[in-house]
Amino acid sequence: MSSIGTGYDLSASQFSPDGRVFQIDYAGKAVEQSGTLIGLRGKNGVVLAVEKIVRSPLYEEDSGSRIYSVDKHIGIAIAGLLADGRQIVETARKEALNYKQQFDRPIPIKVLNDRISSFIHAYTLYSAVRPFGVSVILASYSPETGPQMYMIEPSGSSYGYSGCATGKAKQAAKTEIEKLKLADMDIEELITQAGKIIYQVHDELKDKLFKMELSWVCELSDGLHQIVPDEWYKKAYTAGVESKRDDDSDNDI
Amino acid sequence: MEMSGNDWMTAKHSTGTTIMAVEFDGGVVIGADSRTSTGSYIASRLTDKLYQVTDKIYCCRSGSAADTQAIADIVRYSMNYHENQTGCEPLVAEAASEFRNYCYNYRSSLMAGIIVAGWDKENGGQVYSVPLGGMLIRQNCTIGGSGSAYVYGFVKEFYRERMAKDECVEFVKKTVLHAMYHDGSSGGVVRIAVITKDGVERNVYFAPPEPLPNVSPVVRMVSA
Amino acid sequence: MFGGFDNSYSPMWHNGPKPGAFYNFPATSTSSPKDEKQRDSQPITTGSSVIAFKYDTGVVISADTLISYGKLLRYRNVDRVFKVNDHTIIGVGGEYADFQFIKKYIDQKVTEDYCYDDNLQLKPKSLFNWLTRVLYNKRCRFAPLWIDIVIGGLQDGVPFLGHVDHRGRAYEDAAIATGYGKHLALPLIREKIENQTETLNAERAVELSKSCMEVLFYRDCQSYPQYKIATCDGQGARVDGPINVAQNWEQALNV
Repeated sequence: MSSIGTGYDLSASQFSPDGRVFQIDYAGKAVEQSGTLIGLRGKNGVVLAVEKIVRSPLYEEDSGSRIYSVDKHIGIAIAGLLADGRQIVETARKEALNYKQQFDRPIPIKVLNDRISSFIHAYTLYSAVRPFGVSVILASYSPETGPQMYMIEPSGSSYGYSGCATGKAKQAAKTEIEKLKLADMDIEELITQAGKIIYQVHDELKDKLFKMELSWVCELSDGLHQIVPDEWYKKAYTAGVESKRDDDSDNDI
Repeated sequence: MEMSGNDWMTAKHSTGTTIMAVEFDGGVVIGADSRTSTGSYIASRLTDKLYQVTDKIYCCRSGSAADTQAIADIVRYSMNYHENQTGCEPLVAEAASEFRNYCYNYRSSLMAGIIVAGWDKENGGQVYSVPLGGMLIRQNCTIGGSGSAYVYGFVKEFYRERMAKDECVEFVKKTVLHAMYHDGSSGGVVRIAVITKDGVERNVYFAPPEPLPNVSPVVRMVSA
Repeated sequence: MFGGFDNSYSPMWHNGPKPGAFYNFPATSTSSPKDEKQRDSQPITTGSSVIAFKYDTGVVISADTLISYGKLLRYRNVDRVFKVNDHTIIGVGGEYADFQFIKKYIDQKVTEDYCYDDNLQLKPKSLFNWLTRVLYNKRCRFAPLWIDIVIGGLQDGVPFLGHVDHRGRAYEDAAIATGYGKHLALPLIREKIENQTETLNAERAVELSKSCMEVLFYRDCQSYPQYKIATCDGQGARVDGPINVAQNWEQALNV
């Protein structure tokens, strides 16, 4: 960020003279402090992977999860303030339910993305509220539409992606993702690559404890979004740990 | 009903009707008679009971003319909004669900039996039936309205799966003509619409003159 | 209204964010459901009997696939038995529109179970209890959901079977039937399940269901010779069919 707010950063309802809304920039900062989150969209599915930083060894292992299901066919992963993210998840679930009640079918992810984006955006317009300190990735798969993925930023702007990253090490992660030929990758490759990237970009010095979280929504899972089964998780984990070891040995030379 | 025949003073307008819809490979054929009656008085002899909800979704209305018009107007408005909001053509199932929601939620104050039919990218030609109580069900061929009671046998006997478009048109035309022939509340002309991925093709068919001067039913076709 | 979300028929478009509305805390709305003044309505599109009973390791529910419109046999291919989740099944008779309405809420419960991802699923007794509350509540508002619903499944491994009707009347039993099934099928079922000499296993249970459906077809005007059977036991829940009634009219020759 080029300058500090100089008085224009107190409210989300005010621009600075150079045309920025500082509260949104600050929300972005909250995201940048969060563990890295990536999404990979391959040939027949999407994989979401999170570097869940564990701030205390006293936490239960599965607490503070950053991946949720919105509906059976849509997954959402959160980078940033977890409590803010939970609010987004709640809203997304309500939207999914509402659409189903009205139209008798599951909400298309494109529609959900539009609605969640405008919800997040609405929180950048008023002085009485603060923007959400989160970036979220939405993922879904169906035989008709194929795999789909969107990422929404605190500003409320969103894009469809074949691969995306946010959080602490998003630059490093994006560099890695750009090397991949995502469109040709099957779910196994996506899983192992996701594992590799998460372990590679993890900064052991700054964040000692972390747990990788992995979910998929793909042909193999019958279009259901779910936390990946143990045997698949192991593949990602092994690939991750091994690539980390390789990296470290490179450093030794 | 009053014997004096003055029930038109008090009776409600209703599309005592024959309506019908049939799926075929690539689209649907829908049809209806054109009579709106007020008791025994024909309030309109040229009614159009085929109502365009979106570009490629129609509904056939039966029951109270006022109720069904109101619902259809609302659903058309709503589907148009939905189309603008999502940027894609609404699915027939979505329109049908919307019709059902209104018919069900207000079922105690409505008289509406509706057939929703159309074509969409995801599921092709589809026909949905929303009868009086407000249930919703997909069928490959359905009939509705007072006149339909007289032609269940005809439909059962002559409906076949995977008929070609022209066969469907002929089948719908014949069915509605039979219903009009037997049902006092159905009559006028047969309006038919064919909905495919390319759009809608509408036609009007006149009923053969009665009493029949000869046995072979000659049907004149007029394109709308 | 039911599952923690508002069911009252709300304005047409209330989905997107409502600028200004975000100042309000959620769930402070005091709007009342709109159906309170509704008159008692009569069923129009109806399903006929459901028959259900427990066997040694599970439960079975069967119903034909007909929805009548008055006396008119109108829709001949409609499911009336369903799998809710791996240990819950239901069967329904009565107003099908009302059932479709309530089914959306049941499906939503299943979706919520899925989303919460806590390895907990709706159990048959919970669904049964919830339905008693909903149906009784609706009848108190003079807007009953005109359905006869049978809930079966495995409650922590033990077969469960319950029935709730449109007034909210509810009971559990080893054998349950609705509509004409109450008169025609129940005696046949009780004869078998009370038989001490022969345990009723899954195979015999299905056979018994089949013979009940045959009798119902012969004697119920609003029945149809095609039906489905839902079973739920240790192997999970599933729906089989459509199955056709094995009809026999030979006796006609001797009359």
